[in-house]
Amino acid sequence: MSDFLFQLVLTLDATLRVATPLILCGMAGILSERSGVIDIGLEGKMLAGAFSAAAVAHLTGSPWAGLFAAVMTAVLLAALHGFACITARGNQVISGLAINILASALTVTIGIALFRRGGATPSLTAEERLPVVDLPLAETLAGVPLIGDLYSEILSGHRILVYVALLAVPLTAFLLYRTRFGLRLRAVGESPEAVDSAGISVHLMRYKAVLLAGVFCGLAGAYLSIAHGGEFGREMSAGKGYIALAAVIFGKWRPVPTLFACLLFGFLGAAADRLQGREIPFIGAAPTDLMIALPYILTVVLLAGFIGKATPPRDIGVPYPKGK
Amino acid sequence: MGGSAPAFALEVRGIDKSFGPVHANRDINLQVKAGSIHGIIGENGAGKSTLMNILYGMYQADRGEILIGGEPVRITSSAVAIRSGIGMVHQHFMLVAPFTVLENVMLGAEKDFLLKASVSATRALIERMGRDYGLAVDPDAKVEDLPVGLQQRVEIVKALRGGARILILDEPTGVLTPQETEGFFQILRALRDEGVTILLITHKLQEIMALTDQVSVMRRGEMVAHRATAETSREELAELMVGRKVLLNVERPEIAPGAPALRVSGLRNRDREGVERLKGLDFEIRAGELLAVAGVSGNGQTELLDVLAGIAAPSAGKIEIGNAVVDAEHPRNPAEMRALGLSHVPEDRHHRGLILPFDGEENCILGFQDGEAAGAGFAIDKAHVAARAARHVEEFDVRPPTAKLRAAQYSGGNQQKLVLAREIDAAPKVLLVGQPTRGVDIGAIEFIYQRLMRLKAAGCAILLVSVELEEVLSLADRILVMSNGEQTGLIDRKDADERSLGLMMAGVTAEGKAA
Repeated sequence: MSDFLFQLVLTLDATLRVATPLILCGMAGILSERSGVIDIGLEGKMLAGAFSAAAVAHLTGSPWAGLFAAVMTAVLLAALHGFACITARGNQVISGLAINILASALTVTIGIALFRRGGATPSLTAEERLPVVDLPLAETLAGVPLIGDLYSEILSGHRILVYVALLAVPLTAFLLYRTRFGLRLRAVGESPEAVDSAGISVHLMRYKAVLLAGVFCGLAGAYLSIAHGGEFGREMSAGKGYIALAAVIFGKWRPVPTLFACLLFGFLGAAADRLQGREIPFIGAAPTDLMIALPYILTVVLLAGFIGKATPPRDIGVPYPKGK
Repeated sequence: MGGSAPAFALEVRGIDKSFGPVHANRDINLQVKAGSIHGIIGENGAGKSTLMNILYGMYQADRGEILIGGEPVRITSSAVAIRSGIGMVHQHFMLVAPFTVLENVMLGAEKDFLLKASVSATRALIERMGRDYGLAVDPDAKVEDLPVGLQQRVEIVKALRGGARILILDEPTGVLTPQETEGFFQILRALRDEGVTILLITHKLQEIMALTDQVSVMRRGEMVAHRATAETSREELAELMVGRKVLLNVERPEIAPGAPALRVSGLRNRDREGVERLKGLDFEIRAGELLAVAGVSGNGQTELLDVLAGIAAPSAGKIEIGNAVVDAEHPRNPAEMRALGLSHVPEDRHHRGLILPFDGEENCILGFQDGEAAGAGFAIDKAHVAARAARHVEEFDVRPPTAKLRAAQYSGGNQQKLVLAREIDAAPKVLLVGQPTRGVDIGAIEFIYQRLMRLKAAGCAILLVSVELEEVLSLADRILVMSNGEQTGLIDRKDADERSLGLMMAGVTAEGKAA
């Protein structure tokens, strides 16, 4: 295999790993925002989930307990966000920001109290991390040129949450477009008064959507600390929640386009890591800062209307006045 | 009454509803015969929509009871209303714009978690409705791509989908063209012949006369009359809607009118939906003259004020103020209109006249904040503004006598005085005044009338829009009557009485010197 191809395969392999939390948070963002609740707090829910996962996995020795703790933590924060935005009709951006700040501070505070390691958790052993899954036939196909390489090197051999993330996309799409739940969820973000007049509770629908978003954020958090990484480090979400939100907008609030946006942003991140300090022919030093900034730049360009039109759900950010 | 079979599909007893200080419905009683079209007529703000929203469970009444088919029902939510056989088509459509017709009809009536079965059932339902009632509509079209007439069909299909036997229609024709309206009436008649009871809410007299079997009239939150449509007339209904009140005593100075200050010719306006709201108005107002625009509210008066004030542009015709001409090609924005010497006291002072959370001082320079009213420098000169506001408070007898309160803290009458003071302070050549005494107490009303008369005496041309006939008759030199966007009369005050005005408001063109 040529060096270039080898590098490419490594980068694509990394892309999937970098994109996984983006995809999970992206689906969370879609669910919440399609129901009309802005979700700036993806970042905070993921971070809190990551901390809970690592802390519980370390304390119990079970990654599954960690995973469960991560989901519960993120759902709890989602419920808080839901209460602020839906019941109390507060400003959704402020509530999301508050959750991000809360998560950022609380993880460190509790981390120091529990482990006295400056906010980080102790490194996890292999058993305390979520398992790697080798896809069937990966060994057999490894010898087959191209397809075998793609399959065994890039797709196979990731932590289980990578596959969960990939399955989350068709699942979200199915939920949104093929089920009663999804129809009502989409309707409640566009035209809550229509949902209300059809005799369905707007608030209950939005709570369901926001809590489900919490589940996905918890999975994303667990991926960071007990799958991809082997410990929790302070601020380890490092803006991924915001990038995921950018991907949601880039994907126009639709699951499959959002998946591709996450993969694109993941690829940019992975490539930037790989090209750090290297020379590119004709360009010179690799512009890794630019590559890291590109997701944001692309999103701004998109929002400015240069790449198609991103129309958000009509009533996003608008609290609905009625309780029932 | 007291017969065995319930003759009424729907009965309302003693319904009462307040929103804070606003008493929207007062002891409402209503009986609707099964299989009839029952009209409820009243001006905007008479409480019709509130009553319908109570029937549909969107609001809860403070008191009173509702009987459906003779049985008392507690309608605590729309879901209960739907289960009780009530369907509603709201004034503002309750449709999800980016959804297909099918998705909209299905929403809320999906049977299973998976949509598949509901999709085919709904498709069959839409087809059946199209066949049986002439409600044909493409199930796969996106609602946002449909003209409003078809969107309304979707709403009706939605309202009927669960087998509703009572259909409430809230101002259904406001958005329709005359052709669409005719087709719509046919659908309603077909539904009635199928045994559906229809409650039609409107402020349009011609619809009541054309379509209904029974009619009830609401005024200021009260049910003031019930009539069989065949036994009443437009004039009687118009009078009932507007009501008769004692004339206030206003001294109207007799002033020889000067040169024309405002001239309007062939003025037309279309709203964003493309519906024509003004259908060719011709009038002029001379300096020192007060022209009152009378009409049942919602007949184009608001649009007339908007166009004259520069908030909306004319679609045809022209407006002349002094030497300046405003037409479809040369619209002017409100600031430019103001620069021509036109001031505007808007109908809706809470949204357009004031910024309620701002204090009286800030409000007194709204619209003039770039001029000398805010002081000479770059920043707002607080002391200068405070002095100006204090002068307004003093001259217009604002109570409490301070401009330091937030606008929301003044009573309706004092809010109106603040707006009036600001607009009159600009020494306008033309003053537009919309509903100057709506929600204003008696004392303030007299004061406001006196100020308007003083302004007139000083040579200002005033255009007053009011739904209060007494106000029109007390203040006007000449009266323009509007009905359905048309000018149905332009007569001198001395030739006008309530009866002749009522006729013109009902759309009967006057024999006077109408255009």
